[in-house]
Amino acid sequence: MLTALTAPWLSPFDPIWQDIGERRLKPPGFRDEAGRVHLLGTDHLGRDVLARVIHGAQPALLVGVAAVAISGVLGMAAGLTSGYFGGRIDDVLMRLADIQLAFPFILLAIAVIGVLGPSLGTIIAVIGVSSWVVYARVVRGAVLSLREREFVQAALALGSGDGRVVLRHVLPNVFTPWLVVATLDMARVIVIESALSFLGLGVQPPTPTWGGMLADGRVYISTAWWLATFPGLAILFTVLGINLFGDGLRDTLDPRLPL
Amino acid sequence: MKDYVLRRLGQSVLVLFGISFVVFLILHLTGDPALVLLPPDASVEDVRRFRQEMGFNDPFLVQYWRFLGGALRGDFGQSLRHGEPAFGLVLERMPATFELAGAGLALALVLAIPAGIVSAVRRNTPLDYASTVVALLGQSMPTFWLGIMLILVFSVHLNLLPSSGRGTLPHVILPAITLGLFTTARITRLTRSGMLDVLGQDYIRTARAKGVADPPIVWKHALKNAAIPIVTIVGIELGTLLGGSVITETIFAWPGVGRLSVQAIYNRDYPVVQAAVFVLASTFVLVNLMVDVVYTYLDPRIRLR
Repeated sequence: MLTALTAPWLSPFDPIWQDIGERRLKPPGFRDEAGRVHLLGTDHLGRDVLARVIHGAQPALLVGVAAVAISGVLGMAAGLTSGYFGGRIDDVLMRLADIQLAFPFILLAIAVIGVLGPSLGTIIAVIGVSSWVVYARVVRGAVLSLREREFVQAALALGSGDGRVVLRHVLPNVFTPWLVVATLDMARVIVIESALSFLGLGVQPPTPTWGGMLADGRVYISTAWWLATFPGLAILFTVLGINLFGDGLRDTLDPRLPL
Repeated sequence: MKDYVLRRLGQSVLVLFGISFVVFLILHLTGDPALVLLPPDASVEDVRRFRQEMGFNDPFLVQYWRFLGGALRGDFGQSLRHGEPAFGLVLERMPATFELAGAGLALALVLAIPAGIVSAVRRNTPLDYASTVVALLGQSMPTFWLGIMLILVFSVHLNLLPSSGRGTLPHVILPAITLGLFTTARITRLTRSGMLDVLGQDYIRTARAKGVADPPIVWKHALKNAAIPIVTIVGIELGTLLGGSVITETIFAWPGVGRLSVQAIYNRDYPVVQAAVFVLASTFVLVNLMVDVVYTYLDPRIRLR
């Protein structure tokens, strides 16, 4: 997170500045002719790998946060409705969830992005709209048991409307599991974003993305190992960090959450 | 029992309908499927004729109905690139995808179940910690990066295994590891937590008190009950594996449905894309239906839910 926010100041070089003469410098710390140090080497166009890895954090986290926000809100709404009202609407929403789950997600995403054309907005929308199911299921499960609790029944008996009960009494109580799911899902979204960029369907060059760098690196795999290695490590550590954070959050807030 | 199977069957049919609708929608996302299907330099006249021929001027529901009718007969139209029926192209590639997904799943089960059991039985020992760390890494590692790194080490540097293609056993090793690692990590964690739950229960204590030795307790008494959530997740993981095949097949040039569909998307060959998405999603639904039905025989308690 910090890295993404401070990328412009942290990064030693302009990530898209090319210097063909300095291309494919080997790490670590190889100096180019002007005496500048490229800690992780440079790529096939002479761009500093470290700078690109640092800047690549921006699209990854932007997509992560935005897509999680969309799917989180959708899933929360679906889960609340489904769990609280039950009956017909619950059936419909849960069947929709089954349909959503049946799709090989990546394939659906690339098909849709292939038709609409890759852009930051499309990517966020596609991932956001299609990731609501986990939230809906967890929220629904929590609401089902909350509905029968005394304080909800009491509020209803006192004449509160459904809307008020859901928003004031139920929502605050399902927020914790929702937050845990959101954290863990963010890790998944970041991997998906990088997978899409890897396939050339993510944020387009020259914006540096981790997936895009990996795709470039794959081409030069036999001559320049560092090109593919470092962006991958960046993804790995980011996702690992978020996963660990999510696990910790779950253990602290609600150890019995079935995830 | 019969009711349950019938109800599940009904649900699956409903889900298949939903899938067909979404697959149909893919083409209509931009509002004009003719522009999506035709090359960008097609003339206005061409576009109009094509629209007429394909029936894109008909009402939306009529078009869906026609698509559904075709889909049920396995007719998704001709591939724009290969000039063959799209459905046939997809079916041709299915065995390769199944082979890879099967190998990935087999690898995951062979590694994950023993690792999970050992982790649970030897809880809080270095062995448990090691398996936890590996599982966490496995869940955080992007598939495509793992694939590239494996190629880098085993194909480029050690020159031990082929990095692309299909055919012999060595060909399947790297793709299977790439595809299966995430699933391995998931099943390891699940086996561990399932075993820990079961090992803490009264009947295990009773068995211990009766003097049953450790190995039979673990293998006969505990694993049987811990296996239920594992069987469920195998169905779900198959979806992950089929979806993951898209990336793994691309990296290793594996001639399966995943690679076919990525190429089809690049070539704007949408009949093939539709057929591929439909076939993969339907496979997933059918496998899960089978898993659910098989289970009701294994565990009668499930029928009641």
